[in-house]
Amino acid sequence: MLAVRNLTKLFGSFAACDAIDLDIRPGEIHALLGENGAGKSTLVKMLFGVLAPTDGQILWRGEPVLIASPAAARRIGIGMVFQHFSLFDALTVAENIALSLDPGISLAKVAEEASRLSHEYGLPLDPKAHVADLSVGERQRIEIVRTLLQNPDLVILDEPTSVLTPQEADRLFETLAKLKAEGRSILYISHRLEEVQRICDRATVLRRGKVTGACDPRRETPATLARMMVGSDIAVVSAEGTNARGEVLLEARHLSAAARTPFAVSLKNICLKVRGGEILAIAGVAGNGQSELFDALSGEYPTSEAASVFIRQKPVGTLGITARRLMGAGFVPEERHGHAAVPALSLSDNLVLARSQSDRKAFIGGGLLGIIRHGAVKRASARISEAMDVRKSGENPVAGSLSGGNLQKFIVGRELDRQPAVLVVNQPTWGVDAGAASRIRQALVDLAEAGSAVLVISQDLDEIFEVATEIAVISEGRLSDAYPARELTREKIGLLMGGMYGKTEAGEAAHAHRA
Amino acid sequence: MRIELEKRPQASAFYSVLSPFIALFLTVIAGGIMFALLGKDPFSALYGFFVEPLLDIWSIHEIAIKAAPLILIGVGLSICYRSNNWNIGAEGQFTAGAIAGSIIPVVFYEWHSPLVLPLMLIFGMIGGALYAAIPAFLKAHMNTNEILTSLMLVYIAQLFLDWMVRGPWRSPDAYNFPVTRDFAPEAILPELVSSGRTNLGFAFAIIAAIALWFMMRYTLKGFEITVLGQSQRAGRFAGFSSRKMIWFSMLLSGALAGLAGISEVSGAINKLQPIISPGYGFTAIIVAFLGRLNPLGIVAAGLFLALTYVGGEAVQLTLSVSDKVTRVFQGLLLFFVLSCDTLILYRIRLVLAGRPGAAQSGAS
Amino acid sequence: MGIVEAILLTVITAATPLVLAAMGELVAERAGVLNLGVEGMMVMGAVLAFAATQMTGSPYIGILAGIAGGALFSLLFGFLTLTLVANQVATGLALTILGIGISGQLGEPYVGMSGTKLQPVAIPLLSEIPVLGPLLFRQDLIFYMSIALVAGVHWFLFRSRTGLKIRAIGDNHASAHALGIDVIRMRYLAVMFGGACAGLAGAQLSLVYTPQWVENMSAGRGWIALALVVFASWRPWRLLAGGYLFGAVSISQLHAQALGLGIPSQFLSALPYAATVVVLILISHNRRMTLINTPASLGKPFVPDR
Repeated sequence: MLAVRNLTKLFGSFAACDAIDLDIRPGEIHALLGENGAGKSTLVKMLFGVLAPTDGQILWRGEPVLIASPAAARRIGIGMVFQHFSLFDALTVAENIALSLDPGISLAKVAEEASRLSHEYGLPLDPKAHVADLSVGERQRIEIVRTLLQNPDLVILDEPTSVLTPQEADRLFETLAKLKAEGRSILYISHRLEEVQRICDRATVLRRGKVTGACDPRRETPATLARMMVGSDIAVVSAEGTNARGEVLLEARHLSAAARTPFAVSLKNICLKVRGGEILAIAGVAGNGQSELFDALSGEYPTSEAASVFIRQKPVGTLGITARRLMGAGFVPEERHGHAAVPALSLSDNLVLARSQSDRKAFIGGGLLGIIRHGAVKRASARISEAMDVRKSGENPVAGSLSGGNLQKFIVGRELDRQPAVLVVNQPTWGVDAGAASRIRQALVDLAEAGSAVLVISQDLDEIFEVATEIAVISEGRLSDAYPARELTREKIGLLMGGMYGKTEAGEAAHAHRA
Repeated sequence: MRIELEKRPQASAFYSVLSPFIALFLTVIAGGIMFALLGKDPFSALYGFFVEPLLDIWSIHEIAIKAAPLILIGVGLSICYRSNNWNIGAEGQFTAGAIAGSIIPVVFYEWHSPLVLPLMLIFGMIGGALYAAIPAFLKAHMNTNEILTSLMLVYIAQLFLDWMVRGPWRSPDAYNFPVTRDFAPEAILPELVSSGRTNLGFAFAIIAAIALWFMMRYTLKGFEITVLGQSQRAGRFAGFSSRKMIWFSMLLSGALAGLAGISEVSGAINKLQPIISPGYGFTAIIVAFLGRLNPLGIVAAGLFLALTYVGGEAVQLTLSVSDKVTRVFQGLLLFFVLSCDTLILYRIRLVLAGRPGAAQSGAS
Repeated sequence: MGIVEAILLTVITAATPLVLAAMGELVAERAGVLNLGVEGMMVMGAVLAFAATQMTGSPYIGILAGIAGGALFSLLFGFLTLTLVANQVATGLALTILGIGISGQLGEPYVGMSGTKLQPVAIPLLSEIPVLGPLLFRQDLIFYMSIALVAGVHWFLFRSRTGLKIRAIGDNHASAHALGIDVIRMRYLAVMFGGACAGLAGAQLSLVYTPQWVENMSAGRGWIALALVVFASWRPWRLLAGGYLFGAVSISQLHAQALGLGIPSQFLSALPYAATVVVLILISHNRRMTLINTPASLGKPFVPDR
């Protein structure tokens, strides 16, 4: 069906894809495996005409083709479902679909076709709904229906399950099986080995822009696949000894917060407790209130009631982030660029960003003038880079020049360097390479072992099972009860994600608190 | 043929120094073309515009007099723009400062005391700051766009000044001319040196520039301004308040514009009249960008734009071209400055038709 | 004609340039481009329309010159912000400063010259309707164009496929690019459309409103047009209504001055500017509404990766 020969893409002198060869046969599900930054996205963007190759050839049904634009790709029969959906919040489902179709077709016709197809493949959709109001799973359905409307021979899916609950993922796999049965080919991009082994016929593995293996995933073990992806064995995170039960260091009591913007989620009556030595992980599908919970716990957006959040048993609900830091808490937000760090500023400046008040004595001099002691800051920043093995070009480069994994190591290290009694982390390893991820997870475990309370908000169930001692699930701004990690299975978590709260009656809980 | 940009891994230090000079060079060339189109000899026109004013002491004093308000306003605006607050109403704050500062010499003209001048300056700063407080309040607490409100307030301030000098404050001995009474000697800003008219306002400008440069370069406040300008969210994470920053930057720039206003009226005009500024508040926007929002750069940029005013007046007389030439020059300059700043963050490639990347040239 | 009709006629004349300029900006902003240079494009349109009319004797050629001048002048903004990804706010200011400068220079020979007023064109039959006829159907061409523009832009944005693309780009330019829409090209076209409309608005000023050239004659109308777009929450028909409201406010000061109420003329002249501030406050009061309606990629730079 599709063959790729010697395909290369250079960004400046950096080879994102280096002489890639790939064959996809008719009617197969072909996995493209690789870590973040291995070149998977660059490769498929070239196949779909978003990026122009620097060198090499793409063959479609044996003929060399030049795919100059997504429209050209669609014309020859290639469809794509993007990882970061290319959807428009302000438009309706039908308008979103129409944008990728032939301009000759009327909107009404598009809507009709879309609902027919969506029923046929078991992907129900309302054409008149605005995308902004839809869940992540529904949004992905739009992408898929949009692709299927063009009747493609090859469908490319980029990390499709990273945003789905396990149950939603199962539904997706059924749809894929149906497509395969119709004789269509599927290029399935993922870094989740378990999935790939379950549904894919063949796999091609990428590492640092090069093909490092081609195999039948069913004949491999997760360990052998992982070795092909990473190139070496990854240190297994060890969570031994995190069971010590200290006193409660972080607590939320009936925490509620109204949505700040029309697109945000409100928090509803959230209760949680994290003791010293414990890692509480909060699972959930993106967009269910995770960032809002982080904002409320960190004090970036304080709540109106002091007794909604407690740090080291003191009510801090109305205090800002600086006051909470001064009480020994540390915070790592989800978004690295423009939230946890300012990309255009140097690493040492980004250290000041989080610690200008908590380390005022060390970093700020000059009395009222408030002069930054750049020397001391630079030394501390070098110390952090050293401790977390942050790889960078130069002594003190701008944060934006670091890879995602290295910047994240610095951001986490920046907090660990203070040895916080409480650490709240949102998506600690999102978009981070496996080596850095394992290092960060181990650091979180070590911190808990040293007696701190750690709260990890994550969408990645593998990560959660690796580090958590307790697990709770957030869904539509509500938090389930926390369960000991070993009592939970993926299926149970999946049910909780779907909104079956598994929560002891709110009234009962409130009563217990008053008692 | 088309132009493609490639993001540099790190901002180019080389071009951040060079880009204002490239912009100046391009402006001079474009200016030469403009003079040629107007039927004037471009070389002698440019010489008259940019060089001749530097050759006699009188013109140099004129440049310093005009540079003072530009620098004072420009450094204040640089703090606003760095922190992402788009105050474009400095002209109005300049006017408000001029009016507030003139209360003592116009209303209490019989009061003679060495305190008059310092009080006038303080009133001027308060007037400018209060006038800037309107858009600041509206942005911080009502979420109203500061660009439009600060600009609308310029028109209102100018009309108010017009009414004052034609109405309540009109001098009884000015034969119906719309001016206030002349300021008493102790209400006039003293000259700085004996060789010419340059007054204390120029010293204020230099002091303000150095102080703000120090703040931006070394202090936590400067860091806060930079962070909030780059990303509000990161600023919030750091515990900085963007709302307080709106107040801080707007009041500071308003006060400096107000100081510029009263200094201009007290030092150069010596009374109030309907028009007290050849658009200093707007030209200072160009000054701020030409100086790359760096207070010391703004000193140089302010002197250069003052030169365009003086040079413009000079060629107006010698070559009989209109005074609009100055405005065109200033507008062109801002355009070139903004275009050249692209070089700092991006490599620019000229791609000839055909294979992308086949023919490449340009700065890298 | 009664006094009420006379007043309404002046309201229409005052509102038309606001509606035109704001309608162009609305399309540009729907495509995600914030062009603060409306004032500059407007004065350029005004001076070019006046000059072309003086040279050829035909105000219709003047209209064309105003439109073409505004569109070409906006290209400068497009080149800086779209090709060189310069800051849109600063570049818009630059466009205004440059526009005022160049138009002053170009208009030098025309200062004080009396102009040719664009004559009304009566529409047969319709212009015979009592009251409404003389008001709406015995107007000049630019007025008819302004109404057609509102209807046309509404149809274009919400019914045509290209309009859908414009809205998509304004909502999320990265997604639009991924779908294969040429974001930069569409934005260039939207910016030029905005320039053409502002140029036409300028032509109205120097050919209809006060048929002569006065330096800086747009007097802040470009900025008011920008406020109008926000006021209308990016919707064409709401913009028309808002334009007439602003037109009424700005004209009421002239009538108040004529009545001689004893209020200083400067205070009355300040009325439109003060009203703009008040209106801006009122809109921003409803933050949720503004957030929902603002094109999500408005003012954000876009560099396609290749």
